[in-house]
Amino acid sequence: MSEYVKESERSISARMRQALKSFGLPRLIIALFLLLMFVLTPFAGSNLVSQITNVINRFSWNAVLVLAMVPMVHSGCGLNFGLPVGIIAGLLGATCAIEWGFTGPVTFWMAILIATPFALLFGAAYGWLLNKIKGGEMMIATYVGFSVVSFFCMMWLVLPFKKGDIAWGFEGTGLRTTFPLDKYYEGVLSNFLRVQIGRLVIPTGALLFFALLAILIWAFLHTKTGTAMTAVGSNPNFARASGINVDRIRLLSVVMSTWLAAVGILVYEQGFGFVQLYNAPFNMALPAVSAILIGGASANKASITNVIIGTILFQGIVTMTPTVMNGLINLDISEVLRMVVSNGMILYALTRKTEVSR
Amino acid sequence: MNTKKSSAPKRALTFLSNSAVPLMFIIIIAICIPISGFSPTFLLNEVMTRLSRNAFLILSLLIPIMAGMGLNFGMTLGAMAAEIALIFVTDWQIWGIPGIVLAMILSIPLSVILGILCGKILNAAQGREMITSYIISFFMNGVYQLIVLYMMGSLIPILHGNIELPRGYGVRSSVDLTNIRKTLDNLLAINIAGVRIPVATLLIIALMCLIIVWFRRTKLGQDMRAVGQDMEVARDAGINVERTRLISIVISTVLAGIGMVIYLQNMGDMATYSSHSQIGMFCIAALLVGGASVDRASIGNVFLGVILFHTLFILAPSAGAKITGNEVVGEYFRVFVSYGVITVALVMYETRKRRAKARAAQQLRQEQEVEK
Repeated sequence: MSEYVKESERSISARMRQALKSFGLPRLIIALFLLLMFVLTPFAGSNLVSQITNVINRFSWNAVLVLAMVPMVHSGCGLNFGLPVGIIAGLLGATCAIEWGFTGPVTFWMAILIATPFALLFGAAYGWLLNKIKGGEMMIATYVGFSVVSFFCMMWLVLPFKKGDIAWGFEGTGLRTTFPLDKYYEGVLSNFLRVQIGRLVIPTGALLFFALLAILIWAFLHTKTGTAMTAVGSNPNFARASGINVDRIRLLSVVMSTWLAAVGILVYEQGFGFVQLYNAPFNMALPAVSAILIGGASANKASITNVIIGTILFQGIVTMTPTVMNGLINLDISEVLRMVVSNGMILYALTRKTEVSR
Repeated sequence: MNTKKSSAPKRALTFLSNSAVPLMFIIIIAICIPISGFSPTFLLNEVMTRLSRNAFLILSLLIPIMAGMGLNFGMTLGAMAAEIALIFVTDWQIWGIPGIVLAMILSIPLSVILGILCGKILNAAQGREMITSYIISFFMNGVYQLIVLYMMGSLIPILHGNIELPRGYGVRSSVDLTNIRKTLDNLLAINIAGVRIPVATLLIIALMCLIIVWFRRTKLGQDMRAVGQDMEVARDAGINVERTRLISIVISTVLAGIGMVIYLQNMGDMATYSSHSQIGMFCIAALLVGGASVDRASIGNVFLGVILFHTLFILAPSAGAKITGNEVVGEYFRVFVSYGVITVALVMYETRKRRAKARAAQQLRQEQEVEK
């Protein structure tokens, strides 16, 4: 009898160990840390509800950018370090929509519309390149992203944008590094059906928009093409043997990721309220990559749940740590912490023994 | 299997494809020189300065390439070790050549520790060393900031307040190295036709080149080349592959540390939190401009690369200003060129690798058919 109890105890502990293993130690540490931050908030002299509002808001800005990782991970193209390629398409959409005289909320939809052909074009070229270099996607994606961003640093200066709101007035050439969107699409999603209870503000529209895109992606992954995409990602040789055109599926996934990144940056801007050009897109890929990894994805597996959990955890840490740390010990090490946590998470994922043989 | 000697046009084609990047740079530079309007003496002086400043750092990249680990983006770790060493040396107010030598010596144990860490992680990430070393550099940048910005002055004693932030701990965003500025460069320096030549620095660089040439012939150097050629074959031959790879990264990190001291003594001013951030990218771009690739790099590539890359760096802003009427365009252009060169080199390497793989598969298939 006692042996039987021991046996079941062992199986429970083994099962817990198994669960812990599948959850991943770093992920657990991050989740516990965030929980600790929430618990400590009242002691740090800041309001818990407004902190939660902050996290929800930041989630609504960033979730689509993180969602842009999913198609490429599914098709085995690895983590999309080339996110800036799509971001540039989105920025082209935003700047062109404003330049061509649209004002108010309609600018947002026009920006998406204008960004789409750019995203398809860039995504196709980017996907074509990634098909040429299977196996080395992540490194090359990083540098393709950088090259595109630095190329557009020149383009923002040279392209003939004239509108005073977004271009440098005195020289008449080049776009501003940052410009506000209050006359255009600031809060176009966040303010739609906004719920306000005391200090708690929920940007319903932005959350709904993300949910819509997430459901579309989820539904797509369950169609025939979507299943083929997963097959290509998990075993390209098997996929090829069963008659799937691997290169075409991969290209499609890259185009999808790029378009999502373009939409993602526009969603980010409508929440943030500013458009940032030039060097800003350089730093946008790594947070998105580490967010989805924190959410439980790996270099070749990712789901919508990973996106949601990851974005909440990552943005939670980014928004909570500064206030809590500042309030408690008057020491703002949040920036350093963010760097260590996000890059540590990517390192952890890269060193996992996953079979990505081709 | 018959290995035919490749024909002359074929060889010429290989030469062209191998040196496409340097040739492209020579053409761009040839166009930019007259546009920029710089005098030859000015240009030569600048190129000489940059050669002595950067060559040692770039040399540190050669050994991991030999061991088949690709471009070591983790060389930044050595640069951070050197910066920590220089902070201490400045704080202890040891000036001139002794300061430089002490900084180099201090940087070595730090570099070794960081190199071992980096090597261990890279061994766990076999097959994706480059992206991993790239992320390591970001990760360690966070740790570096934690140490320098929060621990120095609070946990780690800082003697003199003038390098500390006013709040009482952490190092200022810029550390003044005036007292060791160019002391190494000025040692034995000579002037030839208005071009200043930092003989001592160049001697150290030359010595390092000789050491690398010697190292390639040692047992360890041979092992590294074997590992770089084929890890499995090397393992079968009794080489401890993991250890060999680890050592190559440690050596690279240590050399990067020493190189960073040389770099910063020439600059004479250290941006505490940003000096190291771009250094890996510029060094790698320079090496690739010199005609190196991810799996093959020589000392010649280092020098050709540093001269071509930095000539363009000097020319780009003023040439950009003359062409587009905006100096900033030129500055963005040279950043674009750096990233573009790395991208092209990576793409060329991966396509070559895939083609070789496909060829091997085809050969295997043919052999099997013959057997049938």
